[in-house]
Amino acid sequence: MENIKAVIEALIFASDAPLSLEKICIILSDVEKQEIKEALEKIVLEYNERQSGIYLQEVAGGFQFRTRPELSPWIKKLKSTKPHSLSPAAMETLAIVAYKQPIVKSEIESIRGVDVGAPLKGLLDKKLIRIVGRKDVPGKPIIYGTTRKFLEVFNLKDLLDLPNLRELKELNQQQEIVEQEIVEKTTEDISNL
Amino acid sequence: MDNEQTINYAIKLDIFEGPLDLLLYLIKKNEIDIYNIPIALVTEQYLQYLKMIKALNLDLAGEYLVMASTLIHIKSRMLLPVPEEPEEEEEDPRAELVRQLLEHKTFKEAAANLGERPLLERDVFTRSALLPEEVEKTNTDEEELMEISVFELIEAFHRIVSQIDKKVLMEIDLEKLSLTDIINNIMEQLSVTKSLTFEDLLKGKKDRRRIIYTFLALLELIKLRMIKAYQTSVFGVIRIFPAVES
Repeated sequence: MENIKAVIEALIFASDAPLSLEKICIILSDVEKQEIKEALEKIVLEYNERQSGIYLQEVAGGFQFRTRPELSPWIKKLKSTKPHSLSPAAMETLAIVAYKQPIVKSEIESIRGVDVGAPLKGLLDKKLIRIVGRKDVPGKPIIYGTTRKFLEVFNLKDLLDLPNLRELKELNQQQEIVEQEIVEKTTEDISNL
Repeated sequence: MDNEQTINYAIKLDIFEGPLDLLLYLIKKNEIDIYNIPIALVTEQYLQYLKMIKALNLDLAGEYLVMASTLIHIKSRMLLPVPEEPEEEEEDPRAELVRQLLEHKTFKEAAANLGERPLLERDVFTRSALLPEEVEKTNTDEEELMEISVFELIEAFHRIVSQIDKKVLMEIDLEKLSLTDIINNIMEQLSVTKSLTFEDLLKGKKDRRRIIYTFLALLELIKLRMIKAYQTSVFGVIRIFPAVES
């Protein structure tokens, strides 16, 4: 097939949600995955090179055309939609859920130092977070995680695409090391008794 | 004039998202090294803020008081003389608080970073002709299955119970039901049809007891991993499959 690029471009344009590579592969069953990947990269480049008003973004595990951020003032006039507004409390709660998921309410509260019932409910209503299950501890607290919509709204490829994740991981590791040392120390103390 | 001042205070205090936030603010304001907090100074300023909140007759959240007592506790521990030859090396009383503050600060920054990203419907827009709700509806037609949790099952159960005729519910049913029979029945049906929707299974069995027994049977079967429940999308049709192809 000579114009796979055009076919892929059309498929992404016609899709309502971000279109995954896997789905494109299923539709274009006689084309190699590698070839599709290369075509996608070419489309991304072409849109960037000619400074088009839209660009191809890899988001929520798929590809989607989006308008460029710097053009938002004009689009807003067209759409007259209210922008996503999240309170600082909601943003912080969302960030904690995003980075530390799966997480229960009490863990979020120990980080924020305040009750997070209201922001959690707001985030659930906005479908940015979801209930992923219940933790098998007394009281069976609800476990929260982020949704696909979260990735779409925040322009993220997947959860690994979250900014500064490495720094946070390092912080966690440091904490674990400290906790380990404490445990080791305590066992030593006990054996010394 | 008085009024104006009160409003100003209220706005300022509103900025603090809890006691940790207030502490971070005090640390920043005083240009304090977070790893070496002068606890006496911070405690004093913190308590001043609490007084101000009280003076303004604002509701003082319990968390602020907990933090106040924590600060005072740390302060008192730091005042205790350290034994010259400590039997065991004691942790700095501030360590736990510092850890909490650092974690809180990290996530505050992470939240700010997230907010700066190009957000959908704020900075970037897609060619979405359909409203998100409509997109969800069309998605249910797709046979792309995802494994569901007990919560979705319970939701479907509620939906069916709310749909049944209220009158029928009033009848007293003396039919003896057993969970085992219903489990066997479901497995029999599955061996014939290979897949059933959750709604199929419950329709035609209009009394509440039977619905509840069927629901319990399903939960039991899922627990025993005899069947699997899948859904095409959120609020989509729930389908039940035998876990092992017989």
